[in-house]
Amino acid sequence: MSKQIKDFRGTPLRESDFQEGKVLYVHDALRGEYAWDTGIAIGHYLAGLKKGVILGARCDHCRKIVVPPRTVCEWCFRPLTEYVPLQDTGTVNTFSICYVTWDVKRIEKPEIPAVIEIDGASPGHGILHKLGDVNPEEVTIGMRVQAVWKPAEEREGAITDILYWRPLKEVKKR
Amino acid sequence: MGMRKVAVVGAGMTKFVRRAQETGKELSWEAVRMALDSCEMTIDDIEAVCMGTAPDAFDGLHMKAEYLSDGAGAWLKPYMRSYVGGGTGIFAPIQGWYHVASGLFDTCLVVCEEKMSSFYPHAQAAFLTIFDHTTERALKPNLLWIFALEMNRYMHTYGVRKEDIALVSVLHKRNAADHPCALLGEPDITVEDVLNSEVLAWPVQRYDVSPVSDGAVAIVLAAEHVARRITDKPVWIEGVGWCLDTAYWTNRDLCYPRYVEVAARMAYEMAGITEPRKQIDIAEPYDPFDYKALHHLEGLQLADRGQAVQLYIDGTAARTGNMPVCPSGGLLGVGNPIAAAGLMKIAELFWQLRGEAGARQVPGNPRRGVAQAWGDLMQVGTVVVMGR
Repeated sequence: MSKQIKDFRGTPLRESDFQEGKVLYVHDALRGEYAWDTGIAIGHYLAGLKKGVILGARCDHCRKIVVPPRTVCEWCFRPLTEYVPLQDTGTVNTFSICYVTWDVKRIEKPEIPAVIEIDGASPGHGILHKLGDVNPEEVTIGMRVQAVWKPAEEREGAITDILYWRPLKEVKKR
Repeated sequence: MGMRKVAVVGAGMTKFVRRAQETGKELSWEAVRMALDSCEMTIDDIEAVCMGTAPDAFDGLHMKAEYLSDGAGAWLKPYMRSYVGGGTGIFAPIQGWYHVASGLFDTCLVVCEEKMSSFYPHAQAAFLTIFDHTTERALKPNLLWIFALEMNRYMHTYGVRKEDIALVSVLHKRNAADHPCALLGEPDITVEDVLNSEVLAWPVQRYDVSPVSDGAVAIVLAAEHVARRITDKPVWIEGVGWCLDTAYWTNRDLCYPRYVEVAARMAYEMAGITEPRKQIDIAEPYDPFDYKALHHLEGLQLADRGQAVQLYIDGTAARTGNMPVCPSGGLLGVGNPIAAAGLMKIAELFWQLRGEAGARQVPGNPRRGVAQAWGDLMQVGTVVVMGR
């Protein structure tokens, strides 16, 4: 049919058609505000962050520690009841160097979002966060990093209580 | 399993454009009318309607399927909307398939519509709400992040080079130059053009990404006894599969889409496919970004892990190659009106397997094809195998 049809429908417009008033349109701004409950597990996680501790949750059946914590193990569908303090160090699993904002505006100083595998959690278990205090060109996958926390009195129990993660200069253990 | 054979007997689509003057209803109606005309059916011959359309946030309109229902031909019919993010365009035909395979209906219309342009200033912002509101959204993420993170992980794990991944964008955009509905067909694009395009979120550059678009696609499904009365050339839905991986996307390795593999194995088993690389003639993997086509070819078992790019390097993926990939031009070339883009791949296989794809026709009378889509927070895989 594709080759038999000559006239496919659909009328393209340009941004300028709107700006120059060539088409009629309705503009509306929807406003929605929310107050989300943290829930049980993330509530513990946020309380931990306020104290400067990253919490995971352990499944004894599957022998794994997940982060962020949750109330049920997806693998075995048993409850996770034990919260485990993890380190505030980790390894860069992957990263990006991002030059645009969420609404696709250019930014001069790029952001460096990363998935960071947290020390103490099972291998491959990371969280989304950002890197800082580092030349973007020097970031590599596998790089060791450490959390930079807000001062204790400024923490509010949020993921942003960790400002960013910076390269870890590790002291060689004997 | 006691299921009836189901065929695609008609297909239609609108142009994919950056911004359409038509509303979503009007686009849906144009696609449906073309699909019905193509098989000389009327809306009275349709027993049920399935609608696929992505987030209500694009339109700022809750219960979007109900709003679209008149254009979709759903008046006083059993009507149902499905939505699994970007996977919707391949899931909606699966939903239509089980409406008919189950014996409940003899005919079913599947419509996928997307109008992304209404969202201001850019549809990307509508995607913000897919992130976890407590643990992720506070970091002000943008949608490009997850693709950039996944692409970087993929390149790092298998040592795939950016200049090779760019071949995907080049092939698909060149293929799209032959598609009458394409938004970004570029017959002369080169690897250098891709590598020199604006960096958005390294390693993702402008030409690695498909464009946001408006558009609609519709197909008509029929049970075997009806299909044989409608057309001499039914294209059968031979296998379907779908699967969802964990929503904790930072807890699994982004280098390989397990969920696509599970969905593909489900579809292949139903279709009796034991050696997909030999038995699949055309592949339409989901390609919102160029590396995603590679990722998905590997999940579909059409290439070894980290090796899909070889299909582009050695010409296997070309329209005249042994296993053409995205002869339509894919999302990178035709455009990416989310749900409609997935169903466009089903329509493409329909036209290709009937020998009706015109300038895009794959030579050698292809017998079987696979289409796949992906979505949600990088964890859903939807797969359909079609054959004649």
